[in-house]
Amino acid sequence: MDNSWNKYQSDQFYDELIQEDRKPRKAAEQLVNYLSGLEQDELDQRKQMAEATIAEMGVSFTVYTDEGNIDRAWPFDILPRIISGEDWKVAEAGLKQRLTALNMFINDLYNDQNVLKDGIIPEYIIKESKNFRPECVGMTPKFGVWAHICGTDLVRAGDGQFYVLEDNLRVPSGVSYMLENRAITKRVFPELFENDNIRPVGDYPSQLFDRLASLSPREVEMPEIVVLTPGIFNSAYFEHAFLAQQMGVELVEGSDLFVADDDCVYMKTIHGAEQVDVIYRRIDDEFMDPEVFNKESVLGVPGLMRAWRAGNVALANAPGAGVADDKVVYAYVPEIIRYYLNEEPILPNVETFLCENEEQREYVLENLDKLVVKPANESGGYGMLVGPHSTKKEQATFAKLIKANPRNYIAQPTLKLSTAPTLIAKGTIEPRHLDLRPFILQADESYVTTGGLTRVALKKGSLVVNSSQGGGSKDTWIVE
Amino acid sequence: MLSRVAERIYWLARYLERIENTARLVSVYDNLLYDLPRGNSISWYNLIVINSGTEQFHERYKVKSERNVVKFLLADDDNYASLMSSIRMLRENVRTSRDVIPSETWELTNELYIYVRENISQGVNRSKRHEFLTHVIESCQMITGLLVGAMARDAGWNFMILGCNIERADMTTRMLDAGTFLAMEPFEESNVNLTQVIWSKVLRSQSAYLTYRRTVRRAIRASNVVNYLLNDEQFPRTFYYCVEQMDRAAKYLPRSASVRTVLKDIKSLKYVIESSQDLTDDFRSYLNELQIDLIKLNEVIVENWFAFKEEDAA
Repeated sequence: MDNSWNKYQSDQFYDELIQEDRKPRKAAEQLVNYLSGLEQDELDQRKQMAEATIAEMGVSFTVYTDEGNIDRAWPFDILPRIISGEDWKVAEAGLKQRLTALNMFINDLYNDQNVLKDGIIPEYIIKESKNFRPECVGMTPKFGVWAHICGTDLVRAGDGQFYVLEDNLRVPSGVSYMLENRAITKRVFPELFENDNIRPVGDYPSQLFDRLASLSPREVEMPEIVVLTPGIFNSAYFEHAFLAQQMGVELVEGSDLFVADDDCVYMKTIHGAEQVDVIYRRIDDEFMDPEVFNKESVLGVPGLMRAWRAGNVALANAPGAGVADDKVVYAYVPEIIRYYLNEEPILPNVETFLCENEEQREYVLENLDKLVVKPANESGGYGMLVGPHSTKKEQATFAKLIKANPRNYIAQPTLKLSTAPTLIAKGTIEPRHLDLRPFILQADESYVTTGGLTRVALKKGSLVVNSSQGGGSKDTWIVE
Repeated sequence: MLSRVAERIYWLARYLERIENTARLVSVYDNLLYDLPRGNSISWYNLIVINSGTEQFHERYKVKSERNVVKFLLADDDNYASLMSSIRMLRENVRTSRDVIPSETWELTNELYIYVRENISQGVNRSKRHEFLTHVIESCQMITGLLVGAMARDAGWNFMILGCNIERADMTTRMLDAGTFLAMEPFEESNVNLTQVIWSKVLRSQSAYLTYRRTVRRAIRASNVVNYLLNDEQFPRTFYYCVEQMDRAAKYLPRSASVRTVLKDIKSLKYVIESSQDLTDDFRSYLNELQIDLIKLNEVIVENWFAFKEEDAA
């Protein structure tokens, strides 16, 4: 193994573990030295052990395909990604700052709209956003917080600096995989946890529980908290069940709840009806309440919005929070931070071109082969154009799409995503691109996960890390 | 506890018990057939009859061969009561209630599922059948052991007790029926003590052989065995014991009056067996009646706790 680090090369990209002089970064020293002492066979054995552990633990996710839904084992790379405690401290502060400002922004949009009146953000963003919910106007949820749980995607670019790629304020998922990844790594490399000072990640469920409990509208000692899932066919069902179990709360489906004439939410139990105080809902706005949104929805609870507006139940995240989860709004977040907090943003955005703006649109259309074009409202990496990897025909299609609906598209330069050593077949270690999704909580207090979920593009040279499109994940260590 | 979750735990327990019972049944039958004199009319097909599966069996198979019977009972995806189907259902129920049961239950269930899926052909072929079935039985016992050792004795636990015992009680009546049916068959003269063979297998199918010997302290006679498996107060698979367990569980649970009424009716049904001469078609009708009552009990449990009506709650 010893020699393979000499061959390891991540040209022109920032590597998370290995410096340009091919020596390990300080935080990664212990790990790299340890790996150097392992034979190839041993490394392969650990990989097999991880795979067996994943199968046993039943960690899976669902992929939707034309042939039906497939439950796939969670693709996991055993080599952890390491971030130094110092670097993380900055990122943590930046993430809290960002979510605080975003929540103030959302609350402002649904109330006074000062941000529009003061001309910080153009009004069309709200008027045309499909995630702005007129049904929420005039509401101020407890603590003024709309997005209680946020998953923010960070990337490290060539300069080694963290940039924010996007904020997921609707129903971000992945946190259970972060926790499971750590559980797997502890089984695969138990000896590493003896020597390295690796910060634990396990307090997320109790943090989530405490933050949710603080949202209860009733002043009761033990508020009734539930996790609302669309059901076992949802791709993130594994996570819904996992979080409910870890928090010790009920995992409910829409059909387990109902809203009575008193505008309170009840769940159906063997004792009869029991009032529910806080709903951590993992159902999109549109399917949440057939009385108000999608009439066809059988996943939701009729009357839920009525109960929320009457202040009888807390919804996390609040309906309408997704208005800030829009790639056009994203471009304005640095301004939003300055406007509400009177602070400079700690974490920079990735340079973003708005196709709505004529000048910027011209630039985008001329440089489609170099840019990444994203629709404003999609998630999961769908409907994107990755310029350098695209054909002329795809570029022409996107040019047409952009011209037809410029407001719906943004473009960003192709990022030099950082890499980390990844175990490819047969004990070979090669650099692969990755990103990071930390989870941020905000209610009575704020909290940021220790690290987050590292997603890695397993295909050589690929920049797409989504698990639905061939991405995998790694355990993420914050090392002091 | 959510009505839906209670229902899943109830079924989880039923399927877990059913898997173990099915494996046990095939295993014991395998063993029984080796001991019976050649040329007897007892065949594997009896197992289909015991499990009330004749109609379904004939939709799928023409020949009543050992291979077809064992395949139908173990591997058949279209037979909703097969071992494979039960394991799938167990896995779904565990998967969807993993927030209320010990987390290792899911790992063990998943391991069992993977094992059965990959080795099911071993169960169908005679040579490795024993090994396969033993593994399945042991896995079930491991899961049961985990639940007994790690579950709070709350509502969930009591639904587990209901599910487990209704399935056990049902199986006990089926095994007694099978024994009675075999014992009524005219056998030609042979050196084998058939009563001994058949009824000791019935006991073994319930893991009751040794406790029977210790408790009853008499030779294996049909009437003794039947009375033991129906009425013994200590052995956890006797009909009496299962019904008592269900009544205790129901008593713990809220709003249980309707369920306990059915249980009381079941307890009041008695049938006196004094000698082997009493094992007649009449006795088989009695067993059938018990089975029908268990079906009714299931319906009342479902209606009372799982089928929620909003009007009732308000």
